[in-house]
Amino acid sequence: MSTRRYLISKVLQALLTLAFVLAFNFFLFRAVGDPVTQLLRGHSGISGQAVLQLQRQLGLDLPLPQQFVHYVKETFEGHLGYSYFFNLPVSQVIAGRIWPTVLLIGLSTIASTVLGIWIGIHQGWRRGSKYDQGMLGFTLFTYSMPEFWFGLLIIMAFAVGVGPFPALFPTGGYETTGAGYAGMAHIVDVANHMVLPFFVLTLSYLGEYSLIMRSSLLETLGEDFIITARAKGVRENRVLYGHAVPNALLPTMTVTILQLGFVLSGVITIELIFNWPGLGLLTATSVDARDFPVLQGLFLLFSASVIVANLVADLLYSYLDPRVRAG
Amino acid sequence: MRPQPTSTEPVIIAPPGHIEAPREPPRTPRQIARARRKAAAKRVWREYRKNKMGMAGLIILGFFIFVAIFAPLLASSCGLDPTCPSTGPQLQAPTLKYPLGTDDLGRSVLTLTIWGTRISMIVGLVSTAITIFIGVTIGLIAGYYGAWRETVLMRLTDWFLVIPFLPLAIVLATLLGPSFLTVIFVIAITSWPQAARVIRAQVLSLKTRPYVERARALGASDWHLVTRHILPNVGPLIFANTVLTVAVAILYESTLSFLGLGDPLHTSWGTILENSFGAGAPFAGNWWWVVPPGLAIVLVVLSFTMIGYALDDILNPKLRAR
Repeated sequence: MSTRRYLISKVLQALLTLAFVLAFNFFLFRAVGDPVTQLLRGHSGISGQAVLQLQRQLGLDLPLPQQFVHYVKETFEGHLGYSYFFNLPVSQVIAGRIWPTVLLIGLSTIASTVLGIWIGIHQGWRRGSKYDQGMLGFTLFTYSMPEFWFGLLIIMAFAVGVGPFPALFPTGGYETTGAGYAGMAHIVDVANHMVLPFFVLTLSYLGEYSLIMRSSLLETLGEDFIITARAKGVRENRVLYGHAVPNALLPTMTVTILQLGFVLSGVITIELIFNWPGLGLLTATSVDARDFPVLQGLFLLFSASVIVANLVADLLYSYLDPRVRAG
Repeated sequence: MRPQPTSTEPVIIAPPGHIEAPREPPRTPRQIARARRKAAAKRVWREYRKNKMGMAGLIILGFFIFVAIFAPLLASSCGLDPTCPSTGPQLQAPTLKYPLGTDDLGRSVLTLTIWGTRISMIVGLVSTAITIFIGVTIGLIAGYYGAWRETVLMRLTDWFLVIPFLPLAIVLATLLGPSFLTVIFVIAITSWPQAARVIRAQVLSLKTRPYVERARALGASDWHLVTRHILPNVGPLIFANTVLTVAVAILYESTLSFLGLGDPLHTSWGTILENSFGAGAPFAGNWWWVVPPGLAIVLVVLSFTMIGYALDDILNPKLRAR
């Protein structure tokens, strides 16, 4: 397959998946529940007249196919509906929450990838050693731990200060409310609030990356070019960092991007317990408030980001490893 | 992310030399097959016993299964009711009478955790059963029939794989309302794609094996081929997969319950954590209310994961060859 055809087929697949998510989203919120009752949940004493009006306003009196066309058009124009809970358009509600989540996910993903790869390299290089086994145990443990429970423990230990632990950091939030810090002081304040959630997320996902790096490195170390390098008399350190690691990094890198879906899931509970005002906290509060328009918008945004991340991973991999395109 | 087995050389069916020859030669082919499988199961168990990680997992799991079954004997169910006479002072730190302290209603956290074992295990096991059923059915149909069925089913599988699990689960659970059944349904509907993919890959390589072709040439129907030749050979893989899926399902249950989407009438480990968080226990330093249910989740998930990896090591010929 030529490079061009490969790229086009990947992009088409992503678009098709996106279309599926759109249709699924539409179906989910129309078929499983009645949008008007969902919107009016908790608002008692609304006249039949008002319900009819709302139905017309939402286009619910139209036939279903027409509703779908309407919905797709609206979505592409960025109209995601109206949140009666916030009394704001959904797109506006979501837009205000994107930055804190991007900041938190971005920094913790970088940290856990770098650390995970570093640990994985040393594990694979000294396979079967005490270090390797200890790290495997640690990895299994973090994998089995609900992120939010770990977060609660960290809050108790380092924010509340239970027993011998000192209370070092704020229990939650994005910044000190009412302090009105500016410039450098503001950055320090936000960083201070971010230390704990950042730490929890980093540690929760580190294990997956080290595991992938370890097995990828082990596979690479069994390849012929490593034997050749050793036979040539290349120093061990150079065999590892010059020959094995660059090749083993490839799958690890793409997996990092593919993990976005999991990280998104983790961020929902972590933002809730640390009261971090991002998309995850918005999801949790919308669940509580049964704010369906916002949930629908968030679901679309989350799915779209994972689809785009998948596409990026595919394209990146084919660029870095031309064998994929040929196969 | 684990390597998928590609080789399918009989996993449960031992090579002829290894058959423990029965005294009376079995008459029907089915009896032969049964004897062969019994011998293979024995062999797997012998190998499993040597696996330290697997045995540790089995012991931990055994403990929790015991607790789940004998919950009524270990702690009176009355202790779940805040009006019960056995409740103590509110938010009492651990004492001899309340080894794990009490919650904000004066209920013993130990009692809650013991009874939570039941709900968490049941939800984990039932949702896994449904997950595996959907996954195996779709994987079998796609792999065995191929052609348009495969295209349609695998496209669907890929779509479900891409949709981020928790947001989808949250949306579904919110729409359907919090209940026991919702949680089970939501976990199943979001976890089957992995199983479907693994099974399909296995079936694809199995159906071209000479013995399947031979059976087909002898006039065996699709149903016979699938149930007598394909399924028994994907069996071990399904088993290892099931064990790992339970671990994930229990984690998902705790997350959904923690977000308030669990059944308000049944106490699971996730519900206890939700209640403690809602009552501000972590911020008041009431560690005894937060640590036990979470630790129980970690231990059970860890035990299933360890058993799953041990089984994979033994049943997966590719790994065994090392």
